[in-house]
Amino acid sequence: MSETTTYTGFWQESPRPGILGWLLTTDHKRIGILYLGSLISMFIVGACLGLAIRLELIAPGRTIMDAQTYNATFTVHGVIMIFMFLIPSIPAAFGNLLLPIHIGARDVSFPKLNLLSWYCYIIGAVLAVASIFGGGGAPDTGWTFYVPFSTQTSTNVSLAAFAAFMLGFSSILTGINFVTTVHRLRCEGMTWGRLPLFIWTLYATAWIQVLATPMIGITLVLIILERTFGAGLFDAARGGDPILYQHLFWIYSHPAVYIMILPGMGVISEVIPTFARKPLFGYWAMALSSLAIAFAGSLVWAHHMYASGMSDLAILVFSFLTFIVAIPSAIKVFNWVSTLYKGSIELAPPMLYALAFIFNFAIGGLGGLALGAAASDIHLHDTYFVVGHFHYVMFGGGGFALFAAMHYWLPKFTGRMYNHKVAVIGWALLFVGFNITYMAMQAVGIQGMPRRYYDYVPEFTTLNQVSTVGSWVMALGLIIMFANLWRGMRSGRPIGLNPWGAATLEWSIPSPPPLENFGEEDPVVTRGPYEFKGVVADEY
Amino acid sequence: MTEHKHEPVPYRTFIQIWLALLVLTGVTIAVSRVNLGALNVWVALAVASVKSSLVIFYFMHLRQESRLFKICLLVMLVILAIFIGMTFIDVLYR
Amino acid sequence: MSIEHRDDTGDRFGMWLFLYTEVILFSGLFILYAMALAKFPQQYAEASHKLNIYFGSINTIVLLTSSLTIALAVSAIQMGRVKHCLNLCWVTVALAILFLVNKYFEWSAEISHGIYPGSEQLAEMGEGVTSFFNLYYFTAGLHGLHVLIGASLIGVVAVLTAKGKVTSDRYTLLENSALYWHLVDLVWIFLFPLYYLIL
Repeated sequence: MSETTTYTGFWQESPRPGILGWLLTTDHKRIGILYLGSLISMFIVGACLGLAIRLELIAPGRTIMDAQTYNATFTVHGVIMIFMFLIPSIPAAFGNLLLPIHIGARDVSFPKLNLLSWYCYIIGAVLAVASIFGGGGAPDTGWTFYVPFSTQTSTNVSLAAFAAFMLGFSSILTGINFVTTVHRLRCEGMTWGRLPLFIWTLYATAWIQVLATPMIGITLVLIILERTFGAGLFDAARGGDPILYQHLFWIYSHPAVYIMILPGMGVISEVIPTFARKPLFGYWAMALSSLAIAFAGSLVWAHHMYASGMSDLAILVFSFLTFIVAIPSAIKVFNWVSTLYKGSIELAPPMLYALAFIFNFAIGGLGGLALGAAASDIHLHDTYFVVGHFHYVMFGGGGFALFAAMHYWLPKFTGRMYNHKVAVIGWALLFVGFNITYMAMQAVGIQGMPRRYYDYVPEFTTLNQVSTVGSWVMALGLIIMFANLWRGMRSGRPIGLNPWGAATLEWSIPSPPPLENFGEEDPVVTRGPYEFKGVVADEY
Repeated sequence: MTEHKHEPVPYRTFIQIWLALLVLTGVTIAVSRVNLGALNVWVALAVASVKSSLVIFYFMHLRQESRLFKICLLVMLVILAIFIGMTFIDVLYR
Repeated sequence: MSIEHRDDTGDRFGMWLFLYTEVILFSGLFILYAMALAKFPQQYAEASHKLNIYFGSINTIVLLTSSLTIALAVSAIQMGRVKHCLNLCWVTVALAILFLVNKYFEWSAEISHGIYPGSEQLAEMGEGVTSFFNLYYFTAGLHGLHVLIGASLIGVVAVLTAKGKVTSDRYTLLENSALYWHLVDLVWIFLFPLYYLIL
């Protein structure tokens, strides 16, 4: 950003100069960039751990690490990817960058809390990393911290649990901020029917963050107290109930998967109409299905527990309710596809990521039905099929949506365009590598390979090798993608206001947007977010 | 941005509510000394709910807030009821 | 920010949302309580008798009264009676301290009887009683922590009021602290009958 000739918007404008202008900023765009930088860093750490797991599993027996290290590696991989990457990913990074602009506001309702939430995130991340290297050794419980093991192991579970607690707090603050902002700060003319779908999904997500996250807070606090006092809260011999731990844990952690995927769906709902040059099909169905997913997501948590020994009635009820979530999710997929129908489709990089999202999400979602049905779940529970499934929805869905968002909006926020050809190569490698890796996992899972095992029988070798090779292709794709974006953001060609020809508000202000977004006059909105008539794309 | 402000609630109202709360506390203690079996818990919860409604609507000024505040409270309570109620589906039928 | 932005309703709304998170936080413990009560009704009644109902009742009255004083403080500042408001805030803080002192004596008595999480003596009293006291200590402890936080908040707001930072025109800070304090009261309204009054 050293060139002074080009316009640099919020990158330069700040009440405080230099590094303090970033560390003490209350500007939603700067906080968004801080979040994006930190969570991509955590993603890279998590991805390296993931690659190490795959490398260990390339052959039966010991390959690169011992069993205890392996346990710690998948635990930390899970903790980082869930709590430090997926949950904050789109809401905290792109939500902060875009939510005020999308609704015509100058900032969020509570800018200082917004900064505080980033600091909570950083404290949580630092503590989590500290738990790897601290005295007792890295936590080895898996990211779910299931009792009784988590209350007995001598590793740094308390520290990791406290880290996750802080990250939860950060998530809650973001949620409170977003719900309030959407209610209070919409500009003139920005009716509920003119909110971009991305905002609808952020709004639904924010409600989950507010109403579900405290449950993980108390659960983690109880783990810490249990480890400190040894009271036996979840110890059946002392009147506790270990299955209740799983209930409390999943009451949050199931809605949490919608924190991860809903904003991703919002991104896709922005990208698809733009590159199909067509208004989104079924606006209200899309908007309400976001709320429906958020609500239905709070009804189904125990489908993670079919094999835990809970009551048969509960299995029946939760299995039935699980299928209800499929309805709003399918509404979304069908509406995206209907939007594409007879559209004037441009296969720009963000669109490619969006299409990949639909593909991956459909596979992951259908796998979810196999797991949601109690009968087939008993066979598939705790196998690699589950691992494959949630990577399909979380990484193939949430992750790809984040990459779509980065390709779609980063030019807006840096004022520069990346190289499209390289972006397509990166996308292709990522997409192919992704499908090889996780399809092989699903296959080996159906054959019966259990998850979280250090070793496996020789029959599973081929598919594990395929999966590991796939992970290398994927890693190559990630490297190309990040490098290309980084180069583009620093030295790409400058762009105008609206490179994609999109109709939402952020494309009507300079790239990068200035401090407080809209200059002197507050904007007045007179049309919907997907009315492309008269919107012209700038050359770049 | 100018704000519509709440009318100050007179001291009198608050003191009346406080007296009602004290009476209800007396009621809940008195009832708990009579053995009603499983009903005891439900009576205790009912009295506690009445007391909390008084606190929420008067002390916390919910009565004066817009409909949005009330709807949100309802949403929270529904979710809370789901969390507690659906856990019972497991525990009671194990 | 260069343009002064003010949205009192939004601030209150945000506070309400935060209170919801607190309710859910406590609800985790209440879920554990409800499930255990369904499992050990007799033992819970037996364990409940070991709690001192006088301490519990006095603390209930103390908290209800403190809720009244802080609600009055909000009315006072709205009517511009700063002096009233300050006095009422300090009375609230004093009541909060009284609550904690009470709690201290109550807990000391119980701990001296060997009733505390993880104690051998407690484990010998059976599963249900152990579970009751574990939950009692953790719930009341978490509530006590909230009393501490709430009282500090009100103390800070009182200082700000004395300095003229909280006025009859701009009192959201006091209002929100009061909301927080009422939540502390609300939790106790449920905690008291569920732990002290089971027969």
